[in-house]
Amino acid sequence: MREYDVVVIGAGMSGLAAAIRVGLAGRSVLLLERHEAPGGLNSFYRKDGRVHDTGLHALTNYAEPGERRAPLNKIFRQLRIPRETIDCNPQRGSRIHFPDRSLRFGNDPTLLEEEIASAFPAEIDAFRRLEEEARTFPATDLRSTGLWARPFLEERIADPLLREMLLCPILYYGSATEDDLELDQFMILFRALYLEGFARPREGVRTILRPLLKKLKEVGGERRMRCGVRRLVPAGDRIAELELDDGTSVRAGVILSSAGRVETDRLCGLHPPEAGNLVGRLSFVETIHIHEGQPADWGWEDTVVFFSRNRPFRYRKPEDAAVDPDSGVICIPNNYEYPEGRALPEGIVRVTAIADYDRWIHLPEPEYRQAKEEWLERLTAVGREVLPPPRGEPGPVVATDMFTPRTIEHFTGHLGGAVYGASEKKKDGRTAFRNLFLCGTDQGFLGIVGALLSGISIANRYALAIEGAAAVEGAEYL
Amino acid sequence: MTKEEVHKVVLDIIEEIAPDEDLSDVKPEVRLRDQLDLDSMDFLDIVMELRKRHGVEVPEADYPKLASLDSCGEYLADKISA
Repeated sequence: MREYDVVVIGAGMSGLAAAIRVGLAGRSVLLLERHEAPGGLNSFYRKDGRVHDTGLHALTNYAEPGERRAPLNKIFRQLRIPRETIDCNPQRGSRIHFPDRSLRFGNDPTLLEEEIASAFPAEIDAFRRLEEEARTFPATDLRSTGLWARPFLEERIADPLLREMLLCPILYYGSATEDDLELDQFMILFRALYLEGFARPREGVRTILRPLLKKLKEVGGERRMRCGVRRLVPAGDRIAELELDDGTSVRAGVILSSAGRVETDRLCGLHPPEAGNLVGRLSFVETIHIHEGQPADWGWEDTVVFFSRNRPFRYRKPEDAAVDPDSGVICIPNNYEYPEGRALPEGIVRVTAIADYDRWIHLPEPEYRQAKEEWLERLTAVGREVLPPPRGEPGPVVATDMFTPRTIEHFTGHLGGAVYGASEKKKDGRTAFRNLFLCGTDQGFLGIVGALLSGISIANRYALAIEGAAAVEGAEYL
Repeated sequence: MTKEEVHKVVLDIIEEIAPDEDLSDVKPEVRLRDQLDLDSMDFLDIVMELRKRHGVEVPEADYPKLASLDSCGEYLADKISA
């Protein structure tokens, strides 16, 4: 039986980062992925000659290459990938859109400050203090504070509308829990979205995956695609071996799993009673429209719009419909600052909304297709309502696509199609077994940069076999 | 290995983990942290590379001995074979 120092489960962002760190330390590592494409939640697929990203709207935590202390740059340095290979084009500008108020924000935090000073003059000082707290909060410490964002915000921001508007993008870009999220995660996302901002590689997520795969190979990491883990075989308080989908088994000194908290328990044959409550309730549908031309030409100039068409803003699993069209995210990947002459060849408009996993998963095939068509049409109408009225006719739609909770569960293995994973995170990554640790979504760092940081921090702490490594925490990044 | 050779070993490692640092004028007696933009994650990588390249294990209690090139020389000269 083959034996490795470390086996990593899942070739998403966190698994790739963890495996690279192990390889850099000179230890043997095997990275396992059930699907044919790497990336996990942030993967891509080909359809009719186009490449679509599955998860990436924006790379958060934007920083110029020279800013050594910025999380984005530190992460690529820890992976020994030159930051210049990650083509990052900053956003043009995003917006939080509520019934009678709108706030613009960009990669320079002063824009949001100015918008708040003008729309909520009584709150601007409170908001500036909040920014300062977010800058210094030890959010990537591997211990949890156990606090929640809403009560924290209520103590600081008096106007409920501003609180809802600030929470809307943060919940949509990373909350695994309904209507609120843990304070640590709020702080990570506050920094990532409002203080640092968005960027996008012109060719999407492949631009980030390619150097990760190359580096893994360089450091001697072994990668097996289309080969998941069937079972983690416990012996006492350790995992003795891994049974793989292809029927073979391997042994590992340490196992890092990005499969998810409940998902990893199940691989070990554990079914703790609280598992049902831990499975995340938040799944999404996303529609994709491909237009001829550039959306900015007909007045759709936003990079990302986070909207709520009603108040109070809800971020909950819909109770009586397959999708809740009252809030969501519209992303237009054309609206980043690409170099001159390098605009995307076609217009892309993506609309995301919360969906009820249970309704989608049980539909027989014909009804499933019908529901997809119905919601494609309805979310198109929602997009039209939220975006500014087009100047002239938008470029004709040449293709559409849509993914649902069913698609998400199939490709990520996350139970419940839960994009942001389990409702309770395990920040220290520990499990019931001494040599098995969690990384990725259910460890609790968020977004692409967060996932990479999760893989790095957990590998540094548990898988490098360097004395003292445990003392160097993710917090060192901030 | 001589202390001077150890300096070179450590500088080679820093060059790999922090390629954008200017290493042309590193003063051997001054703490690395005071003249280069290195944090504790970088020191972890120095320890990691010493093990990988030269088979040297640095226990946590000895981390302070890696503070400057001179202290690295004192500490590592006998541990790394030439």
